Amino acid sequence: MSDTKTPTHTPVEQTKFGKRAGGPVKWLDERVGAAGVARGLIRKVFPDHWSFMLGEIALYSFIVLLLSGTFLTFWFQPSMQEITYTGSYTPLYGLEMSQAYASTLDISFDIRGGLLMRQIHHWSAMLFIAAMYVHMLRVFFTGAFRKPRELNWVIGVLLMVLGLIEGFAGYSLPDDLLSGTGLRFVDGLIRSIPIVGSYLEYFVFGGEFPGNEIIPRLYMVHILLVPALLLGLIAAHMLLLVYHKHTQWPGPGRTEKNVVGYPVLPVYAAKAGGFFFVVFGFTALMGAVLQINPIWAYGPYNPSEVTAGSQPDWYMGFVEGAVRLMPNWEFTTLGWTFSLNVFIPAVLLLGAFFTAIGAYPFIERWVTKDDREHHLLQRPRNAPVRTALGVAAMTFYGVLWIGGGNDIIATQFRLDIYAITWFCRVMVFVGPVIAFIITKRICLGLQRADKEQVLHGYESGVIERSPDGGYSERHTPLSEVGQYELTTHERVEVAAPPPAADDRGVRVPGARKARRHAFVSKFYYGDVVDKPSRDDVDEARHHAGHDGHELEADEEFRGVGETGVPRSH
Amino acid sequence: MSSELPVQRPRNDIEPAEPLDNPGLPEHLPRPTDVDPAMERRAERQISAFFGLATLLTLVFCVAYFVVPKDATFLGWSALNFSLGASLGLALLAIGIGAIQWAKKLMDDHEVIEMRHPVASSEEDRAATLGMLNDGIKESGFGRRPMIRNSLLGALGVLGLPAVVLLGDLGPLPGRTQFSTVWTKGMRVVTDVSGLPIKAADLEVGELVNAEPAILFETDEEGERVLEGTEALQAKSKAAVIVVRIRPEDITAPAGRENWGVDGILCYSKICTHVGCPISLYEQQTHHVLCPCHQSTFDLSDGGSVIFGPGKRPLPQLPLSVDEEGYLIATSDFTEPVGPSFPEIEQES
Repeated sequence: MSDTKTPTHTPVEQTKFGKRAGGPVKWLDERVGAAGVARGLIRKVFPDHWSFMLGEIALYSFIVLLLSGTFLTFWFQPSMQEITYTGSYTPLYGLEMSQAYASTLDISFDIRGGLLMRQIHHWSAMLFIAAMYVHMLRVFFTGAFRKPRELNWVIGVLLMVLGLIEGFAGYSLPDDLLSGTGLRFVDGLIRSIPIVGSYLEYFVFGGEFPGNEIIPRLYMVHILLVPALLLGLIAAHMLLLVYHKHTQWPGPGRTEKNVVGYPVLPVYAAKAGGFFFVVFGFTALMGAVLQINPIWAYGPYNPSEVTAGSQPDWYMGFVEGAVRLMPNWEFTTLGWTFSLNVFIPAVLLLGAFFTAIGAYPFIERWVTKDDREHHLLQRPRNAPVRTALGVAAMTFYGVLWIGGGNDIIATQFRLDIYAITWFCRVMVFVGPVIAFIITKRICLGLQRADKEQVLHGYESGVIERSPDGGYSERHTPLSEVGQYELTTHERVEVAAPPPAADDRGVRVPGARKARRHAFVSKFYYGDVVDKPSRDDVDEARHHAGHDGHELEADEEFRGVGETGVPRSH
Repeated sequence: MSSELPVQRPRNDIEPAEPLDNPGLPEHLPRPTDVDPAMERRAERQISAFFGLATLLTLVFCVAYFVVPKDATFLGWSALNFSLGASLGLALLAIGIGAIQWAKKLMDDHEVIEMRHPVASSEEDRAATLGMLNDGIKESGFGRRPMIRNSLLGALGVLGLPAVVLLGDLGPLPGRTQFSTVWTKGMRVVTDVSGLPIKAADLEVGELVNAEPAILFETDEEGERVLEGTEALQAKSKAAVIVVRIRPEDITAPAGRENWGVDGILCYSKICTHVGCPISLYEQQTHHVLCPCHQSTFDLSDGGSVIFGPGKRPLPQLPLSVDEEGYLIATSDFTEPVGPSFPEIEQES
């Protein structure tokens, strides 16, 4: 179809290049059958929406991480052997430090482009995790995790957790004062694991903290183990995406049975391929002008030193916050000491948080009993309880994150650090509840506003005065497409609680389970504002026809359009 | 439109929706570049300009690598880092913007429809797969010969053990190493940077000194450090201390520790009992010391007790005395484990 523009288009196999390439391509196809695979992919259709590119950012920053990370491995020495620094950064000249730290200094000061690659690597790591979070929120709030995509959601959550581990292992490698403090924290965290903590600590660190082994081991985890797992899971994530075909927003011509958009070749090859370069270029520019992790300013690790305001990378902030907010619960029973003050926030909470996220699609499926495939996305307002739960979880995360920066907040805003901690201790429980209530109300309000617009049109900006002196604003009906777009969501049905006993007083088997389900169904669907019926719409249209006469009073002003822009002629 | 691409044109064979019928794909509107040849040529020039710029900037990157000295600065930045990063970043951005612009302005922008297929496999596929699976099971006798099956499963299960056992040498067992530090009776308390002994008389009230055991600075006959490298770091990560001088009347010493100080000079472990950060923020007036990592706060005038934060155990105290020259010495090791809690911490040997 692209040849409408170029009537002289020559099929590729007849071009000079095509004739030359024909031989090798045929050779390849006779050995791997490439045409069969390519046939299904070359013109595969992807729908267009800005929110679908968030996952792309994560994918591309992962590629940038692989490229820049490979460069760094050429010089980085993952060794805790203590040596005397003789490189070109004079303030540290002659100091004892580990080879890991010294080689990181070399990369920063003596390898041309080394600092740039280090900064690109660190910035794209932050971007990788941020993009995964935002992508996850997009998938959550639009219901894109519903059948048949639950497994891909779980894979995504695993990618998220592995990303956090990968990031942590990575920023521990330079063995500077800040990363060493982070490792000291991990040491305390491992110790807090009940019963086996000490043994695990000695196994992980190869003896007493800090030992000789932890950096070489983390290096292996960082450049081999976790990246291999990430690559495998990303491949599975992509394969499922191709197999399921992308979700799309409902709209004119878009249904559960089709996917409307642009083909991979040429449009998405150019847009997505171009976007990779945009992401790479953006991180390179950040590496050029935004300093990150200046390890030479921290100095080599020394277990008896720490700087005030020690902070992990942003994505570990919520764990840090949980550890700071936790009261000092620790008890000893039968000779074993249980450090719940560390174990709960640092180990259990992290596990519980991601388990809950991973389990959400299955929980929602249990509530809705919906076993159909869903390929059309939902607007967040049309799933008020899910949206409210999501915002509550974000609030929980956010309060922990604030708690993780309580020292910085205290010094920047001259507040009492204990007061901030207490505020967060309360808000971590109260905040999500408030967020849930407010969000649900906003969603319901938006649903009502949508219904109102479908039935009575939008506010036109034209004020009319009636013969008896009252003022009112004239409403203009939405276009048919506009009306359709506001009514594409499905009607929902609250499961009715069954009677506990039949009319003869015999207990209905399974009634308790059904009642429990009716209860959660009511919680989930109870307040949802139903969209208008076909009759409602017809009647409203009829009514508007009687009421509305063409505006004739003023030639200059004809009200505003659907987007609020004044109509002119 | 060419005829060899029969698929994928807007179709309106869509299911009815409720309350309004699906109006079908809207009509395609041409872009300015579709109808105005001048605009089309302009877009073409723009896009090639982006790609040309990218080539130029990539060459700038290569030149900068060889020309810009490593120690030159530009607006306070490393000039090399800036020139490499800016040229590479802008070159990549130019390629990306050019490609996206090409897709948006010039490539065919008719939306295409692809039909979805059920994700689940067909009933025939399921039945056929199940049939083949059953054939395989039948031919192997997996179901009929439980002895073979169970012994195989057992053998495979036990294979997990070597995978775990082999990890045994990841590290030594903790033993009692967590319970002691390098402090011994009579070891001098020295400052942590210079290693100089601390004279009790030189400490002022309100002063806090970061200190270490003298062994960290000792050398043997050949001038080699007694503790070096990793060993030194391991010793330091348990033995680091803080020495403070508090007015004796402000001190409430816990029972049995009345004589652990010297004229109000007290010595505590510097390693936080929460997760092991070195505590360092001292508030002179209140005698509180705060851990910068998670804000556990300890009262040094009250036996190092916890007054805020997630830490549970008080800071362990090191009993002090002075030697004949008036320098601070320890009278024993810590009497309890230092650093973060561990499961066996309350177990006597």
